[in-house]
Amino acid sequence: MAKINLKNLQKSYGKTKVIHDLSVDIKEGELVVIVGPSGCGKSTLLRMVAGLEDINSGSILIDDKEVNDLEPMERNIAMVFQNYALYPHMTVFQNMSYGLKILKIPKDQINSRVQKAAEILELGELLERRPSQLSGGQRQRVAMGRAIVRDPVAFLFDEPLSNLDAKLRVQMRLEIKKLQTQLKTTSLYVTHDQVEAMTLADRMVVMNEGKVEHVGTPLEVYTKPKTLFTAQFIGSPAMNIVECECKNGEIVLNNGSTLKANTKHQGKANLGLRPEDFSIDDKGSIKLKIELMELIGANTLFHGRLEKNNEPVVVSIPGVLENKYIGKSVGFSFDISKIHLFDINSDQRIN
Amino acid sequence: MIEKKKSGYWLSHLGLCLGVMFIFFPVWLAFVGSTVTQDDIMQPPYPILPGPHLIENYSNALLNIAPEGYDRLSVPVFRMLLNSTIMALGITIGKLVISLLSAFAFVYFKFPGRKTFFWLIFLTLMLPIEVRIVPTYQVAANLGLLNSYAGLIFPLIASATATFLFRQFFLTIPNEMIEAARMDGASPMQFFRDILIPISKTNIAALFVILFVYGFNQYLWPLLITTSSDMQTIVIGLKHMIPTGDDFGHWPTIFSTAMLAMLPPVVIVIAMQKFFVKGLLESDK
Repeated sequence: MAKINLKNLQKSYGKTKVIHDLSVDIKEGELVVIVGPSGCGKSTLLRMVAGLEDINSGSILIDDKEVNDLEPMERNIAMVFQNYALYPHMTVFQNMSYGLKILKIPKDQINSRVQKAAEILELGELLERRPSQLSGGQRQRVAMGRAIVRDPVAFLFDEPLSNLDAKLRVQMRLEIKKLQTQLKTTSLYVTHDQVEAMTLADRMVVMNEGKVEHVGTPLEVYTKPKTLFTAQFIGSPAMNIVECECKNGEIVLNNGSTLKANTKHQGKANLGLRPEDFSIDDKGSIKLKIELMELIGANTLFHGRLEKNNEPVVVSIPGVLENKYIGKSVGFSFDISKIHLFDINSDQRIN
Repeated sequence: MIEKKKSGYWLSHLGLCLGVMFIFFPVWLAFVGSTVTQDDIMQPPYPILPGPHLIENYSNALLNIAPEGYDRLSVPVFRMLLNSTIMALGITIGKLVISLLSAFAFVYFKFPGRKTFFWLIFLTLMLPIEVRIVPTYQVAANLGLLNSYAGLIFPLIASATATFLFRQFFLTIPNEMIEAARMDGASPMQFFRDILIPISKTNIAALFVILFVYGFNQYLWPLLITTSSDMQTIVIGLKHMIPTGDDFGHWPTIFSTAMLAMLPPVVIVIAMQKFFVKGLLESDK
């Protein structure tokens, strides 16, 4: 277990900057998920922590010790790769013990450590198999076993579940969470899947274009997104953003509809409305012309446009609703305590 | 439908059998020639079925016993076979070691001039051995390598083809593999030995066969570098045995020698075949 501090990290490939002055502190035993769209630099960041990628400036501290120039192994960190990266010619046992063998740890100790890891991961019967004889989920578990046996100060996960099918992904997600709470090893987990991020994280780091947009617990990130980007990236379907003007505690949408809200802000802003915070209300102030309805099981999605200015808005209503609304104008009211206001220029949260 | 399928099956087998017979027929004739007497061969028609003189002919060839009326060979076939096998093994192993190491360097290390060197090596692919044979001979002679195994082996030991093939293969190995090894704390040479070589096993086996046959069949270079009969290779020996002009050759002995000369490559192919099949079955990276 260790704490990891990233201080003012910068990284560029040639002239393109991929990480801009990034600082994050990870506490002991915490599982921090780094989430962001592809190309936002999240994998690069992880590889920098691992020591597979050089750092242009800034520093990485593990337990207050700078590790910038240490080899991956010397950092005593283990990593789980997206495509598992198991050695195809080695058995599961050999795969898991290779790192220990290089460290010249005595054989009986290697045996007991691999056995213990295999027990935790329920790999006992597979130890003599080769990776090609394993299913995707099993390979994933071997990759984690390889990380566990080293007894590292931290785990790094690089999109470990993206090669699995949807059902297995949910199952492995739970297993990783269970494993991490059991071992209490500091972990950094990179993913582009917001569900994975929300469910796994003790805290999450939302990244965009090499910058940190928001660091916080999943609940904070969801309920009080610090930036417009975070607001739109987290949550499915994505948050609706409508331009508005705030006047004396009233929010006037750009199509003229008004919402009562006790905000002190005056002037223009971007208003964020989560689809699930709407409810159907004939007297509601937001009128949508419904173009399409989607039934996704527990919820029904309404794809509509604001009257007068045709801005698209998505609404999610619990339960199964008939298609009778299509083509009609429907009124919605909005839970005013759940509005999000963002500065029109800086995209920072206002309320 | 089933009938049609069946006839297609037999037809393709018939075609394959004919093909095998077509390829194999000259080898069969040579084998028959090694089991009959000189008279059987000299009087038409040439025999199609093996005769009873197999043991006699082969022991003549191996032990260098000259049949009546013919000269003994200057060196026994046994010795020539040994020379050829040592040379071929030396060339093969040398080529594999050098090309594996250089491909490893080209793919996994960044050093100044990496691209230039690679293309320089690649360019030599286009130079046949004959082009550089005179300067190579000069160098070998100055180093005192004439009439030695070292002289037979070293000048042929670099291989642009094998380097290129291994490089292309290494490039297909996912980068995560080396990163995983680095996380495991493997040094570059440990990665090379514990991971890269075992993964390349199939390629190594295939190249081993090709390079061994290449080495075994070398003619021009051994002809130049060896003058003493002790160092003669089987290919040269055979060439000497075949009569030219008005000479008479003892054909049963020549055929026996030819059959014996085929043995080492055949043994290598059969031995390596196991690895091919095994490698093909487990070939996922």
